[in-house]
Amino acid sequence: MQPFKPLDAVALPLTRANIDTDQIIPARFLQKPRANDFGAYLFRDLRFNKDDTKRPDFVLSQSAYSASEVVVAQRNFGCGSSREQAVWALHDYGIRAVIAPSFGDIFYSNSLKNGLLPIVLAPEVVEQILATLSAQPGLKVSVDLERQVVRAPSVADQPFEIAPFSKHCLLTGMDELDYTLTHADKIAAFARQYEANEF
Amino acid sequence: MPAASTPQTLFEKIWIKHRILEREDGQELMFVDTHMIQDGSAPAFEMLRQRKLTARSPERAFGTPDHYIPTNSRNLLDLADPESRAMAESLERDTRAAGIQFLGLQDQRQGIVHVIGPEQGWTRPGLLMVCGDSHTSTHGALGALAFGIGTSEVAHVVATQSIWQRRPKTMRITVDGILAPGVSGKDIILAIIAKIGAAGAVGHVIEYAGSAIRNLSIEGRLTICNMSIEAGARAGMIAPDEKTYAYLSGRPFAPTGEKWARAVAYWRTLPSDPGVSFDREVTLKAQEIEPMLTWGNSPEDAISVTARLPAPADIADPQRRAVVERMLTYMGLTPGMALNEISIDRVFIGSCTNSRIEDLRSAAAVAKGRKVAASVEAWVVPGSGLVKAQAEAEGLDKIFIQAGFQWRFAGCSMCIGVNGDSVASGKRCAATSNRNFVGRQGPGSRTHLMSPATAAASAIMGHLADARALHNVLA
Repeated sequence: MQPFKPLDAVALPLTRANIDTDQIIPARFLQKPRANDFGAYLFRDLRFNKDDTKRPDFVLSQSAYSASEVVVAQRNFGCGSSREQAVWALHDYGIRAVIAPSFGDIFYSNSLKNGLLPIVLAPEVVEQILATLSAQPGLKVSVDLERQVVRAPSVADQPFEIAPFSKHCLLTGMDELDYTLTHADKIAAFARQYEANEF
Repeated sequence: MPAASTPQTLFEKIWIKHRILEREDGQELMFVDTHMIQDGSAPAFEMLRQRKLTARSPERAFGTPDHYIPTNSRNLLDLADPESRAMAESLERDTRAAGIQFLGLQDQRQGIVHVIGPEQGWTRPGLLMVCGDSHTSTHGALGALAFGIGTSEVAHVVATQSIWQRRPKTMRITVDGILAPGVSGKDIILAIIAKIGAAGAVGHVIEYAGSAIRNLSIEGRLTICNMSIEAGARAGMIAPDEKTYAYLSGRPFAPTGEKWARAVAYWRTLPSDPGVSFDREVTLKAQEIEPMLTWGNSPEDAISVTARLPAPADIADPQRRAVVERMLTYMGLTPGMALNEISIDRVFIGSCTNSRIEDLRSAAAVAKGRKVAASVEAWVVPGSGLVKAQAEAEGLDKIFIQAGFQWRFAGCSMCIGVNGDSVASGKRCAATSNRNFVGRQGPGSRTHLMSPATAAASAIMGHLADARALHNVLA
């Protein structure tokens, strides 16, 4: 996992709630090996027509947003399927952080394991940011994970919460599985006791 | 015996029993009893190979292909796309290499992972179960704590038999009263999601309670817990009871003899203690629930079969109005129209939500002696090889085939369409599955979610239909 660096980048406003992982990456791309550029599949059916021509009505098709590294969306972003490919698609496209009032639980967890920072802000703050980003395409949002602050146009600096361990993993690129393996003895001890009483 | 201390919920009892250690940020490492592995897991095994890690407890896992398999045969070569075929082939190779039990297409026990877990008795009260699939919440119907995980977490569980979790909040949804005839578990869960919304239970584990839940069969409960994720819940659970024990008794992986007696004694301690409090409480009256269908692109867009579609002009909130307009456009629907004015092209009876024997009996009871409308292509896709065999033993296959349904082999099929079973762009499908998202059943597809009886009635009528009215209409 790549360490999360301070971010100051164009933000993409997705003024929609319940953006499910089927929207983020349609299921027909899930069988692709990880070596593929999953960024090509990001919002595939929102960005492109069946004949692969661009859909100009989708916000990411507008040139002012094409270099976006932050996504701002309404509630329940990443709901639905557990597919980690949704995170890979955002990551490979170059998205480093997603800001929303709430996230699908599994999407949130998957994000942290791939260097993508999910940030929960209050709904009214998100609405204000969305309105500004939509009115003035190409504005930037900055994210300082060390200090846990988002700076976005038209709102005061926003502190955000993140679990300290997840923050540490993101900042250092440390992998959770490596950390767990350092506790292999505790798992083994637990399993011995648990299995002795199993039926 | 010490006196009971602080009352606990079903969820808390299972949580505490599986806690290995706590990290300084409050996340807890949980022991996993059973890991169910489906054929989307190839990238997880690739991660393990790259790190030279092996399975810690292969005996605590089983694998079965369900997503990337044909349902017109049991031959993988019938899948047109070689990359899709590779997913199912990888699962067999990876599980065998790891020493994990594998149930392949030639094994009659193969099926949708969330159907065969309970069927084989792998799913039991008090267990902590995971699977790289969001509908793992299904297994909570037997009193297990079961939730979906991502690919990295699948690799983590294979390597360590454990998973990090932040303790979720608890929510109790109580459905009391007597259900009206023709109203099923599917209608209850659609009514619940319509009430609390697609994000209504984010961060929570739901316990379903109340007389209407207790009166449901195990299969009805499985349908309800299955769609917990569509309300955003981490998991859904129902306290085990005599029905649960009767269901599990004699299943291949259920304990036997003295172990069975000990197991049941333990299971009886699991239900939430009297007087325990939940972080949130929601109640519904069973008698107010009607057969439910979705009209939009979120499972929360569910309305009674007798209702009319919303009209954007009547919606004051401009954002909600825009959302409804966009969904009506995508779905090709006219504001305010009645559901039974909506004609359909396809019917899909199947998926981890509604492909069990009771679901097929319910659909067959509607289809018996009738004909699928000429304009409709209707499929029945049993949830497992054993469900298929049972249905055939009862003659349900003949009822379906004589009515003009296709009778297919077990798999996820048209719910997600990654095996090529999809709905063409602009076509409308009456489906017993769990997601009506934009493009879920194929790019441009239009999905309406409903119960098996409603789907069967819709197949006969050629439009969305109320199964309760079918007798009168056709008499």
